Amino acid sequence: MRVIVGLAILILGSTGGEIAITHGMKSAGEPARLRPREVLQFLGRAVRNGWFWTGVPLMALSFYALLLLLSWEPISLVIPASALSYVAGTFGAKFILGEDVNTARWAGVILVCVGVALVAAG
Amino acid sequence: MPSEKRLRFKTLVMVLAMVVCANAGDLLLKRGMAQIGAVELTAHGISQAFRQTMTSGTIWVAIFFLIGFMVSYMTVLSWADYSYVMPTGAFGYTVLTLLAVVFLHESVSPRRWVGVVLICVGVLLVGQTKPRTTEVPSEAVA
Repeated sequence: MRVIVGLAILILGSTGGEIAITHGMKSAGEPARLRPREVLQFLGRAVRNGWFWTGVPLMALSFYALLLLLSWEPISLVIPASALSYVAGTFGAKFILGEDVNTARWAGVILVCVGVALVAAG
Repeated sequence: MPSEKRLRFKTLVMVLAMVVCANAGDLLLKRGMAQIGAVELTAHGISQAFRQTMTSGTIWVAIFFLIGFMVSYMTVLSWADYSYVMPTGAFGYTVLTLLAVVFLHESVSPRRWVGVVLICVGVLLVGQTKPRTTEVPSEAVA
């Protein structure tokens, strides 16, 4: 039971954190050009955005769950299972961020999820 | 270059920067920590390890690359879809596997090769979709 709860916190924490950060970056507005000055100005806007600071503790929580899981279970189970965050992240992108996830993107995400699980399992 | 093509090009360049920075950072961090040796989980051991990491050139170069990863990740998410960036970034697993084979002469299991092929096909599928499907409040035209 604790492993399932730990995995849920790991996956939902990292997904929630990344979605919050994505929302924050979109709100900050993209840099006008990819030059150091414009990118630094963008980073200044980004770190003053509340969504960025919502995402960071969620990702820290997810990292803490990863450490706990690694102390309970073998890495060959924990890391492949964490690949489910690709699917969770795509659901979040579709239903929270309103991104248009078409069939090709879903197929790609599922292949990447299975592929990462296989690579991580060694 | 048409705007759709330019958007795809700059997104893929930033994802490539993410992958290179993350892999270089992780590898250098691993090398730096290996130079320091196993950390003893006592107050003295941890404070000694902290001093050693703060004075290690390799660790600082690793931190530089990891900051590079964070900057490129934050920047690309300011215009591209999260559901585009996240799976394409998994290309790093294939790069790491190839580096392990070519430079470290590691043997890679058939299961891992299957995983690498699946990731490549998945990244190609995601890569051909539109990098941005939502409206983005822009500071200026990119």
